[in-house]
This record gives sequence, C-alpha cells and structure tokens, in this order.
Amino acid sequence: MLGNIFNADFFASSIRIAIPLALAGLGGVVSEKSGVINIGLEGMMLTGAFTAVAVTNFSQNPWIGILSAVLIGIFLGLIHAVTSITFKANQIVSGVAINLFASGITVFLSWLFFNETQIMAMSNLPIWGISIPAMGSGSSFIRSLIVIFLHHSPLVFITLIIIIISHVVLFKTAFGLRLRSVGEYPEAADTMGVNVNRMRYIAVMISGALAGLAGSFLSLEQAHFFVKEISGGRGFIALAAMIFGKWTPLGTAGAALLFGFGEALSIRLQGILDIPVQFINMVPYVLAIFVLVSAIGRAIPPAADGIPYEKEVG
Amino acid sequence: MKTTNRINFYSFLEKMTPLIAVIFALLVGAIVIKIIGEDPIFVYKVLFSNAISTRDGWGNVLFRATPLIFTGLAVAFAFRCGLFNIGGEGQMYIGTFLATWVGFTFTGFPAIILIPLCILAAAGGGALWASIPGFLKAKTGVHEVIVTIMMNWIAASLTFYLVLQYKAPPTEAMKAAGVQQMIPHTREIAEAARLPRIYNILKSLNIDFPSYNQVNISFFIAVVAAILVYYILWKTNLGYEIRAVGYNPLAAEYGGISVAKNIVLAMVISGALAGLVATNEVMGFKYRWRQELFTGYGFNGIAVALLGKNHPLGVVLSAILFGVLNYGGAIVNIFTGGRIPRELIMVLQAVIVIFVVISDEIVKRIIRKRRKTI
Repeated sequence: MLGNIFNADFFASSIRIAIPLALAGLGGVVSEKSGVINIGLEGMMLTGAFTAVAVTNFSQNPWIGILSAVLIGIFLGLIHAVTSITFKANQIVSGVAINLFASGITVFLSWLFFNETQIMAMSNLPIWGISIPAMGSGSSFIRSLIVIFLHHSPLVFITLIIIIISHVVLFKTAFGLRLRSVGEYPEAADTMGVNVNRMRYIAVMISGALAGLAGSFLSLEQAHFFVKEISGGRGFIALAAMIFGKWTPLGTAGAALLFGFGEALSIRLQGILDIPVQFINMVPYVLAIFVLVSAIGRAIPPAADGIPYEKEVG
Repeated sequence: MKTTNRINFYSFLEKMTPLIAVIFALLVGAIVIKIIGEDPIFVYKVLFSNAISTRDGWGNVLFRATPLIFTGLAVAFAFRCGLFNIGGEGQMYIGTFLATWVGFTFTGFPAIILIPLCILAAAGGGALWASIPGFLKAKTGVHEVIVTIMMNWIAASLTFYLVLQYKAPPTEAMKAAGVQQMIPHTREIAEAARLPRIYNILKSLNIDFPSYNQVNISFFIAVVAAILVYYILWKTNLGYEIRAVGYNPLAAEYGGISVAKNIVLAMVISGALAGLVATNEVMGFKYRWRQELFTGYGFNGIAVALLGKNHPLGVVLSAILFGVLNYGGAIVNIFTGGRIPRELIMVLQAVIVIFVVISDEIVKRIIRKRRKTI
C-alpha cells in the first residue's frame, strides 16, 4: 500500500504544489527582511493568476501571460508600498485592502471580459527536461528520477533558480546587506547613507513580482484555468512557510516543500482511507497552524518588521 | 481663542476623513465605470435613488447592513485590543450552523426559550471558534492574522461536512423529478425559532410596507449589540483593560493587567459578535443553513470597521452605507443588464479602505505642520 502512495508521481506532485508556496513565501521573505509585512501576498497571487490566464488567452502566448502576471504583482506591490511606506498606514490594513481589491477586481473583470467566473487557459507552457521513457524501456529507478526531477514545467526550474538567486543576493551581496539592514535597524542604515524608504519600495515590489509569478503558476500550470478565489489562502500558507523557514529563502523553500508533501499526501489518501473529503481538505490549513505553533520561539522576525521608518528631522 | 477654534477645526477634519475617503472612492468608481463605457452619473443615480427613496429600498438597505454591523463590530472590538480578527468569516460559519442546528433540533420548545437559545448558540459557536486563535496568540504568540485565516478555511470545510450530515430530505417535487439539492442545505428551523419581519410589526401599526421585504428584528439586535460594545469598551473595567492592552501591552502588563487573559476575552467577544450574523441570515431570513449563503460578510466587516474608525456608532453608519452600496449595486446590475458586475462594489470597498488610511495620514501631517506654525 505504501508503494502505491509514495511513488515517483507523488514526489513530483509534491514539488508542483510547493512551487507557488515557495515563490510567494520568497516574496514574503524579501518584503519582511526589509521591514514591511506583506499580508497582501494572497491578493497579489490571485490577481496574478487571473492576469496570467486572461493575457495568455488574448495573446495566445503563455510567456506574455506570465510576464503580465509579474507586472501586475509589481503594480500591487507599488500600491502596498505607497500606502504603508510613504503614508505609513498600518501594513496589515493595507495588505487586507489589497486582498479585498483582488477578490473584487478578478471577478469583476472575469464577468466583463469572459462573461463567466471560470476561464480555461487556451495555451499551456511546454514541458521542459527529459521526456519520460515508456514503461519497460530503461530501468524504473531512472524513470522515477526523471519523473521527480527532470520532467517539469519551465516554471519549476525557474523557481529553483530564483530560490538560489534570492539566497545569494540576500546574504552575499551589498544590496542584500542593505536590504536586511533597513529591516533590522533602519536608523543605522540611514546613518550609513542607505535610503531606507527606497530600499523598502524595491523590496515590496520584488515581493509583488514573486507573488504574481506564483499566481501564474497556480492558474496556468496547476489548474489550467482561473476560477474565483483560486488562491484559496495559499498566500497565507506561504507566510506560514516563511515563518517556519525563519525568514530565509532556503528555509522557506524547504517549508513550502513540506506543505506540498502534506497536500499531495492528503490528495492521495482520499482514494485510500475512508475519511470524508472535507476533513482531508482541512489538512493544509491544520498543518499550517501546527507548523506555526511549533516554529514559535525558534523563529525571530526582523527587528523593524512592520514598523514604518520615521526619519528624525532636527 | 482663535487657536482653539483652529484645533477644533482640525480634530473635526480628522473625524471627517472617512467621508473624504468615500468621495474619493466614488470618484475612482466613476472612472472605472467610464472606462467600461457606461455613464457614471446615470449609474450612481440608479444606485443611490433606488436604495434610499422608498421604504422598500430602506428595508433592503437595513437588511443588508445588519450582518455587516455584526461582523464590523467583531473586527472593531478585537482591534481595540490590538488584534486583527480576520476570522469573522469562519466564526460566522460555525455560529450560524450551531444556531441552525439548535433551531431544527429542539422543535418542541416555545419561542420564548428557543429564540434566546438559538441566539446563545450563534454567539457561542463564534466565540468558541475565535477562542482558538486567541488562545494560541496568548500562549505562544502566533500571529492571529494567519491563524484566523486558516480557521476560516477549516470552518468552511467543517460546515460543508456538517450540512451533508443534516441535509434536508428531498421534497415531493424533487423526488418526482428525481433531482438532488443544487446547493446543500439543512432542514428548516422550527417556527418558534424564527424572528419576526419588520413587515409584521408595521402591519399591526397600519403602516404601509411591502410584505416581501426581508428586513427583520435582527437589525435591532445589531443596534443593541453596538450599544453593548460601546458600554463594555468605555464603561466597564473589562473594556478599560482591553483598550489598555491594545494601546500598549507592555505598559498594561506593568500596570497589573493580564495581557493573555484580555487577548482571549477580546477574541471570544469578537467571535460571538460575528456568530450573531445567524440572527439575520438564518433566524430572520432563510430559516435554514445553506452552503454559500453568506460568504463575504466576514471580510467586508473589516472594511466596515475601518471606515467606522473602530467605533460602534461609526460601524453602524458605515454598515448602512455598505448596505446602500450592496443593494444599489445589485439594482445597477439588473438595470444595466449585467453590464456592470456587482463586484464593482467590492472594488469600491477596497478603495475606500486604502483611502481611509491614506487620508488619515494626510490629515495628521497637516495638523502636525499647523501646530508648528501656531
């Protein structure tokens, strides 16, 4: 029975489920490392998911769809930055407003352009990597490795690269040091000549770009359609992954993989155990709460996280 | 004398920021309507005139405002303790389901017992659901925003499971046609558990009012809840402690106030308020629990609370404004043959929230500048 659950396809689907969580979680890391809480990740994902499918259908090119999703994410990030950095509004309120806005505007535009709230994606990305050899030819072990690691949507490989780049940029470059410094001790960063608010603007917009990309994966690659509220709280699960990953890109990606594993497992168990489907649907959310509770005490947020920077005027 | 006048003017300006925000949001809405090729003046005329020109319109507005008063109060109450209760949606689900269950289970009880029992179940269910994030926040420090959101999804799944367990038997017509329920719903609650409609009261007073209007006694329960929230927050020790924790938890703790206890209590009361949505939607309107009957009230309550500046009176007023927008939006949708989706109202609500926080900051900056010159 275990062999039926934990086969190559299971691990491959764990990775697929983890991708949007990892991307949005990275968005959370970049933003919070600079000192801005981004609860709006959920809404940015949702808008990205809609934009990706809508633009893909109009342009017949999924790459343009994905690019538009990223741009829309940057735009929503900019709104969050204006309200919470320039106008020093409560960052959670601003994020909640972005989520409300996303829920409304995606359904509004779905009705307007497509006359329905579920939109099929007309065009899909190709699969990259080695094609799976037919059963029987080649050893099954090699086949499994290909299924798990080398036969995916391009976005999976792009996500892996982004995870590594974010780690390097955040921890090995001057830019990363400046970004972290405005989230830990903005006064000191300011004294050293770092423009605190500009740094935070950049971080929040990168965060939006990543959330938009996460949304495009959700609709174009996972579901192959957009439907209202398709993000289903994943922006918040991504935040849980970020906390569990101690605000580091690698840790967050690992936590996202854990969530992907949990959700893939719950999907598999539906066919095997006699548990009502509604209880299985709860698994990712219950898991997120448990992960958060167990992370507390070990996970310490950036010192200036959530606090607008008030420049001292003499 | 002159300076005090000026200061009074600016504090007045500060109180008026929600109004400024609403005007700006309506302007943004007008631009959106213009972009999609409709006439904004005509749309707004239809939106507002239908809502407030007739008794029927007012009834519809108050009916739509009632659940928002409850969820708005829920958000505002938690906010006074420094907590963001984004879980109104889930608390409302659990509270309404529990109230419905009591309503169709204890059918033998007289109204005088069954109605209070249902209200208690509604508040109790919401309180129970909110106590979990409250307890986790108080004991481990887990941020309530993420936990309450997770609890929303869990509540949605749990109530979906429960409604399938208590599904109403198919009617004769359905049996004959061999069809299933389109949207799962429970049996109806007992007659004795139902709240009277305003129509029934106005009829006995010989006041003309359409019998199909759904506004019911629950609106008055919402108003009483608002008064109670005001009383608790500003006239009792509990309210003082809750506000102290919200203002500065470290100072409150130093002053001998238990932060953990007040966080749990604030969440419990907040959840109870969200659960009371059952009085309007189940006890006063549908008389049964229906999947997807009231999605969105929990989230809209956040906008209502912010627009109302987290004050009970402000919450009631902004809930009524949102009632006007929601009802008017539905009318506009019909009037324009669906060319203007009602989700436009949701977009407007989000824009209102953003403008409220921005105009707050702008007014604060103006005041700060003026104070220096005075």
